[in-house]
Amino acid sequence: MSTRCHVATRKGLFTLERGRSGWAIGRTAFLGDNCTIAMHDPRSGDLLVALNHGHFGVKMHRSRDGGATWQEIATPTYPEKPADYVPKTPVEGSPPDWSLKLVWSLAPGGADEPGVIWCGTLPGGLFRSGDGGDSWELNRPLWDDPLREEWFGGGADYPGIHSICVDPRDSRHVVIGISCGGVWHTGDGGQSWQTAGSGLRAEFMPPERQFEPNVQDPHRVAQCRANPDVLWVQHHNGIFRSTDAGASWQEFTGVQPSVFGFAVAVHPADPDTAWLVPATKDEKRCPTDGRVVVNRTRDGGRSFQTLRKGLPQEHAYDLVFRHALDVDETGERLAVGSTTGSLWLSEDGGDSWQTLSSNLPPIYAVHFEQ
Amino acid sequence: MPTVRFTENIQRHLACPVRQVDGNTVREVLDNYFAANERARGYVLDDQGRLRQHMAAFVDGRQVRDRAGLSDPVQPHAVVDIVQALSGG
Repeated sequence: MSTRCHVATRKGLFTLERGRSGWAIGRTAFLGDNCTIAMHDPRSGDLLVALNHGHFGVKMHRSRDGGATWQEIATPTYPEKPADYVPKTPVEGSPPDWSLKLVWSLAPGGADEPGVIWCGTLPGGLFRSGDGGDSWELNRPLWDDPLREEWFGGGADYPGIHSICVDPRDSRHVVIGISCGGVWHTGDGGQSWQTAGSGLRAEFMPPERQFEPNVQDPHRVAQCRANPDVLWVQHHNGIFRSTDAGASWQEFTGVQPSVFGFAVAVHPADPDTAWLVPATKDEKRCPTDGRVVVNRTRDGGRSFQTLRKGLPQEHAYDLVFRHALDVDETGERLAVGSTTGSLWLSEDGGDSWQTLSSNLPPIYAVHFEQ
Repeated sequence: MPTVRFTENIQRHLACPVRQVDGNTVREVLDNYFAANERARGYVLDDQGRLRQHMAAFVDGRQVRDRAGLSDPVQPHAVVDIVQALSGG
């Protein structure tokens, strides 16, 4: 059972630790800095964080002593744009700049490839490190794919890779989620990439284009560790699941109070159990009726239970971003962080919640150590 | 030899002391400065070598015009200031 949880916020990194008397903030780092994502590497014990300094750009830091000290490491850098390069016009917006805007996702490679870390960014580049973050290389097969140029921003000016799922059975099999570029996967460690199969639906597109894989806006993709063929997606306009590694998708409609949201987490041992944090779609983006709730299914999406014990049920306008819901390796401990700085934890699979703080900076990500 | 000065705000992240370096353009001056402080390059310039969106550069108090190419001339006794723009605040 995890006893540490890292909370990446607009104003720094906060580390929760569980002692005998319960959870408390044990450590604060980078106070004042915009910390967009944090990752614990269970293979090495390393901690990685990405900072986004408004003036000085994106920077990466690593700790090799559990967060006591940090060192700045290499930042993923886009290659020089060829002088004769003529970009395609994407579906929406302008062609992306070849310059790092945000580190949006970090994921350790497989157990058999120590040092490998995947890094998803805005404006749509996927980077790989083979040395724990000392250096990074843009994955060119994906970046150079003509379909990549059709990606567009969802809530941001540029497209971004927010989800990276490395198959525990085969490290060469990696699934990624892009807003907006759908779900893609590689079976050869990133040498070639394909879009996921049919079934995802983009309500925001003209009818004849709604089922195109490359225009989808999966807000978050979560993979079941025990059954990696099962993928859950909280999509811009719905909840989807695949049981065949993304070859096909099933949509769950009518889920109350809403099918809109950003985050989804799946039980590491049970592919039928997943949690989502619904919000009123789409331009409002706040909890329905001012009540924060978590939806849980235990039967693969046939039914959803709305959990609210311990969560604010009056005049609460917390929004939970896509990385701000996490579950530990037992499936019992969950953490949820909000845009208004509320942080809740559950130790019973979401049945009940305790408030750790209502006064943190806006929370971007919560991440349990395994 | 031109003098290069950096905003105080960058010093929290890495030391960028005032130095005198050779160069006839802003690009040459900065390249020479970064040769001895490579980490600073990424704080001031973006992936394509342009002045970061929310940074500003001045030569003897005049704002640099060529933010991408940094071709603005620098006289031998000029002072180059690298500051953060309020737009990024």
